[in-house]
Amino acid sequence: MDSGGTSSPRDRARQLMMAAVDDEITPEERDELEAALAGDAALRDEWDAFMRLREVTGGMTVRRPPPEIWESYWEGVYRRFERGLGWVLASVGAIVIATWGTWEWVSQLMADVETPILVRWSVLAMCAGLVILFVSVVRERWFMSRSDPYRDVLR
Amino acid sequence: MNSPEVLDRTLVLRAQDGEQAAFGELVSRYMQRAYYAALGLVGSHDDALDLSQEAFARAFRARASIDPERPFFPWLYQIIRRLCFNHTRDTSSHRKKLERTGHWLSDTTMGSAPDSPERALERAELRDQVGAAIEKLKPREREVIVLREFEGLRYREIADAVGIPIGTVMSRLYAARRALARELVAAGVVDAKMLEEQ
Repeated sequence: MDSGGTSSPRDRARQLMMAAVDDEITPEERDELEAALAGDAALRDEWDAFMRLREVTGGMTVRRPPPEIWESYWEGVYRRFERGLGWVLASVGAIVIATWGTWEWVSQLMADVETPILVRWSVLAMCAGLVILFVSVVRERWFMSRSDPYRDVLR
Repeated sequence: MNSPEVLDRTLVLRAQDGEQAAFGELVSRYMQRAYYAALGLVGSHDDALDLSQEAFARAFRARASIDPERPFFPWLYQIIRRLCFNHTRDTSSHRKKLERTGHWLSDTTMGSAPDSPERALERAELRDQVGAAIEKLKPREREVIVLREFEGLRYREIADAVGIPIGTVMSRLYAARRALARELVAAGVVDAKMLEEQ
């Protein structure tokens, strides 16, 4: 067992305790642990408590689910592919249609000489603003997801 | 030679070529392990099923980034743990202490020998107390204790799966077991000696 560096003899002894509890200790490390336990009553108490804990948790395992779930497991995964694809296609279609509809509406509005020019330019400014906001948010999220140094930090 | 690693590599390469059946085989090979890993982290059958299936779906979408030369499961486990931790974080505020049941654990010693009804009840209560105590641990502590105690992974495997050094695995296990002991002391299952020395 290679435990890497440790900060103190007591930390080292505690790591060795874990290795002993989990049967991952070498004979040399066991000797080292025995020596540490012999010279430190508090560590010995911890050791006894860990052995008691092992007795308590021994024989326990995660509950087995009904075997039928394995027969339909792949279907569950496959449904997720399908729905994911469905959402992507539906979203792309909706965005294209909404963009086209907006373009048509704005084009007609701009061509309509009966609508006051102030209204026409206001609508155009509003549409341009919405496009800029949308692109800005998408770009921010895109860059953040790629460069966020804390993205792997689990809160 | 047709070792698990070689088979994984072949299946991953075929899946990367767009062969869905090959990915289906990977799912069949690892679905139980994925489910139990998720169950240990979220403590609910429905959530474990949902999250492990979602992990496979995401793995399929990201299959181009799988390194066929490395074992498949540790890569998948990274997705599972992130989904589970996010799920736990998102739902923790809604789950009250009283809702922690510990029913995701089972006791293999029960049923192996005829027990008196009192003894069986006692073991069932103990199992639920241990399960509920594990649910109260911090996600990272809970993760290592579940992988070690209930998945039976070696330290090297835990280190590879979680992406930490072996020394950190042991330190985290130590912290997890102390926290677990503390919870069990509070529940009256373990004597208080454990807490005398910090």
